[in-house]
Order: sequence, then structure tokens, then C-alpha cells
Amino acid sequence: MKGYKEIIASYADVPGGIIEAYHAVQKELSYLPEEAIFEAAKVFNIPVSEAYGVATFYSMFSVKPRGKNVIRICESAPCHVAGAAEVVAALERELGICMGESTPDGLFALEFTECVGQCQATPVITINGKPYLNVSPAKVPKILAEYK
Amino acid sequence: MVNLTIDGIKVSVPEGSTILQAAKEVGIKIPTLCYHPDQSVKANCRVCVCEVEGNRLLQAACSTPVTEGMVVKTRTPKVIEARRTILELILSNHPQDCLNCPRNGNCELQTLAEEYFIRDIPFEHKVRGLAKDTSTPAIVRDPDKCILCRRCIEACSVTQSVYALGLEDRGHEAMVVPTMGKSLMDSPCAMCGQCIHACPVGAITENEQLDELLAAIADPDKIVVTQIAPAVRLAIAEEVGMKPGEMPMDVFVAGLRQVGFDYVLHTNFTADLTIIEEGNELLKRLNEGGVLPMFTSCSPGWINFCETYYPDLLDHLSTCKSPQQMFGALVKTYWAEKMGIDPAKIYSVSIMPCTAKKYEATRPEMQDSGYRDVDLVLTTREIGRLFRMSGIDFTKLEGAPFDSWMGKYTGAGVIFGATGGVMEAALRTVYEVVTKEELKDVNFTAVRGMEGIKEAEVDLKGTVVKVAVAHGLSNARKLMDQVREGKSPYHFIEIMACPGGCIGGGGQPITKSNAQRQVRIDAIYAEDESCEIRKSHENSEVKILYDEFLHEPLGHKSHELLHTHYHPKNKKYL
Repeated sequence: MKGYKEIIASYADVPGGIIEAYHAVQKELSYLPEEAIFEAAKVFNIPVSEAYGVATFYSMFSVKPRGKNVIRICESAPCHVAGAAEVVAALERELGICMGESTPDGLFALEFTECVGQCQATPVITINGKPYLNVSPAKVPKILAEYK
Repeated sequence: MVNLTIDGIKVSVPEGSTILQAAKEVGIKIPTLCYHPDQSVKANCRVCVCEVEGNRLLQAACSTPVTEGMVVKTRTPKVIEARRTILELILSNHPQDCLNCPRNGNCELQTLAEEYFIRDIPFEHKVRGLAKDTSTPAIVRDPDKCILCRRCIEACSVTQSVYALGLEDRGHEAMVVPTMGKSLMDSPCAMCGQCIHACPVGAITENEQLDELLAAIADPDKIVVTQIAPAVRLAIAEEVGMKPGEMPMDVFVAGLRQVGFDYVLHTNFTADLTIIEEGNELLKRLNEGGVLPMFTSCSPGWINFCETYYPDLLDHLSTCKSPQQMFGALVKTYWAEKMGIDPAKIYSVSIMPCTAKKYEATRPEMQDSGYRDVDLVLTTREIGRLFRMSGIDFTKLEGAPFDSWMGKYTGAGVIFGATGGVMEAALRTVYEVVTKEELKDVNFTAVRGMEGIKEAEVDLKGTVVKVAVAHGLSNARKLMDQVREGKSPYHFIEIMACPGGCIGGGGQPITKSNAQRQVRIDAIYAEDESCEIRKSHENSEVKILYDEFLHEPLGHKSHELLHTHYHPKNKKYL
């Protein structure tokens, strides 16, 4: 696993590279540790308060530790109508955690997201950015098994 | 010039002006909240919306540039309805306990709610219930009251380059937070309090400590002694409905006696003393090849900033304590001895234009008298509250003199309150000490005024001393970066953390513009002019202090009581 310093340094010359650097750090660590935000401020020569502002502005970034595989459930209207609430309940039951939490083994995190643009096949969830369509409570255990 | 019509009145304004500026020209006041005359345009509160002919939507007056032939209407029913809805929406997320808010009666939101006769708010009242940040002894943040105008962020980041405040999250979840979402104490906050002036509401205030004063006054075993900083008298008038500088010093002193202070002394006395010590320190550094340029050390916000961002330059700081702390160390030693008072009974209160002074007084190194040197620091605003509560009519109060031994001061002590003042006071003394000649014109006007960085050269009989003065920490940063790069041409640099110097300090009456700071600066130089003695080394009480107690500048006693050292803050924010 590459360290955050090395990752951030590799984006130093990219214009506006802080966002890409944050994505790359998250790919390794699943969140943005405080040290990574300090490091990014230094590398991109911006105040720490601003680097923190960027890290918290985008919902894709987390400044709190979270599970390795980030599951996002669409909370927009089409998914809601199609039964997203039941999928949420199934995920919470299967993982033993509530929305916004991570499993104690550090494997999964549960979050809400806005529409991911797959309204033809609701409800939709994404895991690490990969969409799963027409999800029902019954399909949940099998989907999770891919990541265990 | 661009010609337009506002509410039927024709007006010509320079190209690039906004509707807001043009309206002001013709005497039309458009309400604002996020707008600040000395800051960039933010246009996020929307309360300044107006109708512009040809536009379907209402336009924000603060951010819309005027165009030729534009027709603006600022008070149509549509505009008024929109503004009222905006205010109602802001108020639906704002605590409604104005009665016990420190900004009650001096709040831009409250004023607008009154002007737009907001009565029944149709929206659900929802406040986040966030905890107050009381982590520093200087500044308290009440994030529930924040209306997200972002003026504090600009004051902190642009004016001061402290970067202690920023935004967290976005949309309806957005919040102004100290760096990394932590407490102010964990942030690079310099405690200068400029955010307090920027805040239109009561989301940021000083740590109010008036109760502690009242308890001390009520305690028969305590002898309450106070010192007044030079910038306070000029501004205290504003707190009791007078113009800056309008309250005579002796009336101010009488007022303080009325509210229960046992002895009233003056920080100007130790400002004069600072000049003797600091002037001699500068000469010593010049003569013995010490670290140069030397930086002044009177402004505790500046000290916090230097310890946070320039820990490598701490050797440049004068070791002189600030006048407040010199006073604190002396009042419980020299003065107590002179007066025959047990120092353990002295409760030393300073009245300051400053919030950072509250922190400075709590520093562990500030106990050289054997006690805490300064027990309590109150701001100009807090004393204003005390005066209003006491119901004194200052137009009818007869004046009273300062008490002895540490109450006398010169014009040099007075100007400590304005940017360039410490430098000018030092030059008046250093010139005469070095050249042994009388300084004919004591006015060093080059270092006065609101320009961000000022410089001057003084010829001390062959030795040319180059000096620079900066106020506002982002100006200080420019001079510091130069020093760090080894390119600073100066011998002596004066830094005051706040724009305008102490007269614009974080503890002063809420200051809405730099123009207001300039009025106070003018009042300070007028007071200097009126002083019979205008050079610190001619202060007769300071002479007695050296004769009887300190013996010599930079001597053993001075080092023990009047000098200090600094610590890097190691906060990772470099």
C-alpha cells in the first residue's frame, strides 16, 4: 500500500490536483486522514482550512475513518418509490450496522447518495462506484458476498 | 460614467459600480447582511435584492454592476416581499433569544428584522443545537447564531492571513468551523478578534468576564486596581453614545472610580517604560551585532501569529513584555511596595481594546511578580456595558486624576494605540539617546496612517536606521516572508495584529469599516499633540521607577519582571 505522502506528491503538478489526490488517497485508505489533509495543503500550497473545506465539500470524500467497501444507496425519488427503504433495511440487517456507520471488521461502510443516473432500473446501490441495478432485499446477501 | 435610474432618480456613477454603490450615491439605503465595505462581494444572503427592468428575476444589488440606461426599483411590493421572506428564512434557523445575546441592540439581523417588521415567521423554527466553542480564554463562538455570511472567514483569511476559519460541508449542511473542524484553540487562531467585528450577528464575541470583575469589586479583601490601554479612552465614548475621543480622560477615570475600581492607573505609563526598554534593546542589538531586524512585541495577536507561523523568527522578537504585562508585573511589586499594600490583595484588571490580551494574561510565563500578574482583562465593549449598566451621565460627571506612581504618561505612550505609534514613540526616544541632541520635530508622519506597510529611514548622526511598520497580519506576513528569505532591508519592524493598530482591536466597539478606524486614529494624534510631554524618556514617574527600583534599562530587575520569551506553537499550520 502506498503512503498518502507519496500519493499526494504524484499529483503536485496537476492543476487542481488536490481533488484527484484525495480520490487516490481514498482508494488506498477509504477516507482522508487528517495528516493527508495537512500534506495536501502543503503540496498544493493552500491554507489547511481550505484543504479541509475541499475535503468536506464533496460527499464522495470522508474525513472520518470508514469501511473499505463503500456502499451507497440512492435516496432520490425514483429509488424511493421502487422500495429503497427495504433495501436499506436489508443492508442494515445483513451488516449489523446503521446508515452512516461502518462494520467493526472495517470491511463495509453504508452511506446515502443522490441519484446516480440509473433510474431505468431502480432501486440502485453502488459499491466502490460500481452500480448494482434492480436491487431487492433478497439480492443483498449475494451482492455483499462478492466483497467478503 | 454610467447613467441609470434608481427609484425614479437619475444617477451617474463610474463604470464597474454596483447597484448598491449607485443607490448610496442618491441616498437610497438598500439592506445588506453579507456585504462589508472593506471586503469582497459575497452575494450569498440575497437580502439586497432589487427589481431591474428587463430581468425576470430579482437581482442582488451588492453584486450587480450598473449598465447604461438601467432602471432599478428598490422598494416595490415584490422586492419587499422577497426581502421579508429571506429574513424569515434566515430567522427560522437563528436562535430567537436576542434578549440575552451579547449583540442585543447591535446586530445587523436584529436591525433588519425590526426595519422589515418581521412578526410571525411562517417557517418551522429549527436551530442546530451546536455547542459553543469556549476553548480559548479570548473568543467565544456560538455557531448556532451563524448566518453563513462568511465575513469572518474573509477577515481571518484575507485581512489577517490567519486561516483559522473555513467552511465545512456544503448546502444546508455548510458550517463555518475552525480549521479541520476542531476547536479555536486547536486552530491557528491568533485571537485578534477581527472576526468579531466582521460578524453581523452574535456568532462570535469576546469571552465576557464582567461577572468576575463584579465579584472582585464586591470582595472586601480585594483591592481592585486597573490600567487603561491608550486606545480605549478614544473608543469608550462610542459605547456611551458619544463621538470617538469625546470623553475626556479625567471623566473616564472618574467613571471607573464610580463603578468601584479602587485605584485607576494607566497602561500608557508602561507604554513609556516599554519604549525605554525596547529602545535600549534595539540599540544593544545594533551595537553588538544582535539579531536584526528586531520586531516589536506589544501586540499579543501578533505574538500568537509569529509563534504559529514564524517559529523560526522568534529570536527577532523584542524580549520586552507588552505594556499590559509590564504593568501587571510592576503593580504587584514596585507599586504595592510604594503604596504599602499587600500584593496578595491586589486584583489587577486591565481594560484593553484587545481580545488576545485575555489570552496573554493567562500565559504561564506571565507570573513574574509571584502572582498572576494580570488577574482579569476586560475589553472596551465590556467596560461600555458596565458603564451603561451603572447609569452614569458622563456629560455631568466631574473629572478625577489618575492615582500615583503608575498613572503618568506622555504623548509617546498615547500613540501606542495606533499603527506606527510604537515605532514613532521609539524613534523619539532612540534619536535623543543616541545623538544626545534634542529632537526638534517629534512627528514621524511617514509611519502614520492606514497604508498597509509603511517605511522610513532615520539618520542617527551617521547611523541610518531603516524601519518598517505593518498592521493587519497579512501585511505582517509580507514583511516576515522577506525576513525569512534573508532579504529584509530593515533594522526595526513594528507589527500590530489589527488593521489600524489597537484602535481597531478585537475588543473595541463593533467596528464596521476602516473609515471608523481612521476617525479613532485622528483622535489619538490629537491627544498626542495636546500632551505637554511627548517623549517617553521624559516621563517623570518612569524616571522615579528607574531611580528607585529598576536602576537601569535592561538591568537585572528589568529582565526579571519586564522581559519574556516565546514558544513555537507547533501547530502544523506553517
